[in-house]
Amino acid sequence: MDNFLQIENGKAIPRAAIPEVSFDLFFKSISQFVKDDGFIVQFFVYEEANVYKLLAVVRNSNLYAISTEIGTRFQSFTRSVSEKFHMFEREIAEQFGLKPDGHPWLKMVRYHKNFTGKEDVFGNNYDHDIPGNYSYFQVNGESIHEVGVGPVHAGIIEPGHFRFQCAGEEVLHLEIQLGYQHRGIEKMLPALPHKRYPIICESIAGDTTIAHSLCFSQAFEGLGGLTVDKGAKIVRSMALELERLCNHIGDLGALSGDVAFNPPAAYFGRIRGEFLNLLQVLGGNRFGKGLVRPGGVTHVMGDEQRRLIRDKLAEITPEIEHISDLLFGAPTVLARFEHTGTVEHSVAKELGLVGYAGRACGIPYDARVTFPNECYGELPANTNSVTNGDVNSRATVRREEIMHSLTLINILLDKTETTAEEVHMQECSLSPDSFVVTVNEGWRGEVSHCLLTDNDGKVQRYKVKDPSFHNWTGLAMSLRNQEISDFPLCNKSYNLSYCGFDL
Amino acid sequence: MLKVLKNKLEQGNKTSSYPKEPISLYHRFRGLPVINSECSSEIVTKCARLCPQDAIDPEAKTIDLGRCSFCGQCEKVENGAFVKFSENFDLGTENREDLITDGTLPVLADHSKQHFKKLFGRSLQLRQVSAGGCNSCEADTNVLTTPFFDLSRFGIDFVASPRHADGIHVTGPITRNMKQALLDTYDAVPSPKVVIASGCCSISGGPFFGSEEIIGDLNSLIPVDLYIPGCPPHPLTTLHALLKYFK
Repeated sequence: MDNFLQIENGKAIPRAAIPEVSFDLFFKSISQFVKDDGFIVQFFVYEEANVYKLLAVVRNSNLYAISTEIGTRFQSFTRSVSEKFHMFEREIAEQFGLKPDGHPWLKMVRYHKNFTGKEDVFGNNYDHDIPGNYSYFQVNGESIHEVGVGPVHAGIIEPGHFRFQCAGEEVLHLEIQLGYQHRGIEKMLPALPHKRYPIICESIAGDTTIAHSLCFSQAFEGLGGLTVDKGAKIVRSMALELERLCNHIGDLGALSGDVAFNPPAAYFGRIRGEFLNLLQVLGGNRFGKGLVRPGGVTHVMGDEQRRLIRDKLAEITPEIEHISDLLFGAPTVLARFEHTGTVEHSVAKELGLVGYAGRACGIPYDARVTFPNECYGELPANTNSVTNGDVNSRATVRREEIMHSLTLINILLDKTETTAEEVHMQECSLSPDSFVVTVNEGWRGEVSHCLLTDNDGKVQRYKVKDPSFHNWTGLAMSLRNQEISDFPLCNKSYNLSYCGFDL
Repeated sequence: MLKVLKNKLEQGNKTSSYPKEPISLYHRFRGLPVINSECSSEIVTKCARLCPQDAIDPEAKTIDLGRCSFCGQCEKVENGAFVKFSENFDLGTENREDLITDGTLPVLADHSKQHFKKLFGRSLQLRQVSAGGCNSCEADTNVLTTPFFDLSRFGIDFVASPRHADGIHVTGPITRNMKQALLDTYDAVPSPKVVIASGCCSISGGPFFGSEEIIGDLNSLIPVDLYIPGCPPHPLTTLHALLKYFK
């Protein structure tokens, strides 16, 4: 622990303050930290004067940073320390052409040229379209068969490829290959004028617009010395809870549809829209785009908006309770939800699952409680009663979070502070040679952005992490020894982001 | 069973009466811009400089709705001296150049191809392809199948197989990694077929314009018949465009 620097969520620090240690010491410190129940928030490389620096942001009940210099090869943490690192290391190999030695499954993540022009670690020629030079996990034996699904799926959803290794109906292994949504966000951001940042960050994952734009705005506030008044914080916290509500409610409806119980699917589908409309009341867009900006919010919440939100909540809260009761009270639904797609607590911990996927496995971490920002320091926390790691647990955790978010919004509505003025995106000078990490509890879990500025105060590296980056592997583990027909149900119980992962 | 009936009674019938009766959106919604062409060049230039999407042409005093993300920042310059966004959600057009607007859009119904109306007016099956979309366009298209909008009452449905489809509805800036899958899906749709570009991403690359990982303009790959702008398009924008263009 002595080698780490304790940092605060959203507070900028000089880059010189980040401890830089030898790789051996870095390896030893991080290994010990992870063994002592530590988790990874960010683990990425940046280039400086032709030298590669590996920076880790880790957490227990605090946030810490540590860095080291690495060459074109470095010792992998994945096999020897923890599975938590496996995707981060693949990402580093892909972005910078640096090879983690001893990585058990070194394979491209998103399929793109690396940022440095170095030789590709995977031997891919990116002038050729996907699929490139990569293999899939295979199981051999008589009666083993393989099912490939995607990238284009049978519905209005994002693209990704799923490869199932099956013995009859039973799935032995599922490999999830994404990258189809890769838009080059991390690479393009440092070269762009500030005015484009909020629009891009809002579209990292459109269903997580508020959480990602909060991460971006708080980072710019930290680096630019901007303050946010109480009224704006109320609007931002409320928007984050509305985002959580519409997604959880939509997903409970979809889960109901996946087990062929149609009434809750129809009712929750419509009620999800009511919450999207409340985001539109706050900021004019159903996903909250154009609402959160560095320094505040673009729309003041006045009496009219408060009244509309309050009235709507009063109208639909009993409906939500009744429909939840209908859904979770139906024996046919429970028969499908319970003991399906179970991830053991120990596996969830080893993978570092976050958000409701983690909480459903008995990992209570919630960034709103551990690293509170905006209004969360003064709001009550939530607790979960069912944590067996199955579909039923994930659904129940979401049901509990729906009721909790409704309570939070009512508390926020009772606060009388109103933001002094609308705040719009403006050029702001960022403090040079600085570093900031922001963490917010988006509806899927921990969303984090990390920025490094150069000595002119320009953004040198912009690192984005969506909770899906941790949790996709959880879905793969859920499918082990499940019937392949349970895939849609397991998938919807996580409902992970493709574009948030692909960036 | 009793609970099902009780919930049914509580929910009642929630389907919208649009398009038989007009529907109005909350006044903060940002729809078709109202543009003041008399506005001084100085102010328009200021708006153009602030625009994150570079959607404003200060000389022609127009806004390109194919690029615009409807963030509303230009509306705040000098109290909306150049532009104010109205609640009008009728934004679909047949031609890309019509989206570069001085505040008016051609009436969509007059421009739709007559043979499409004849072929697809009573039944239209679409295959949705997300090609780099952030999932807000996808989500607000999906919402059309919920009871409030109830898209299938118009004979319009989203289907699983391109072989069963009359056309494709594309969202996202067409990432390089989705290009082939998109073209394969297009090829699998039997002719005659329609192509709908939904959201500013598929029209111009949207927020990601300039990235080397995207194609950015669907029309450069396959001929687009209908453009639906927005970030994302409001479900009513999509519904209006589909009804006017095909019905």
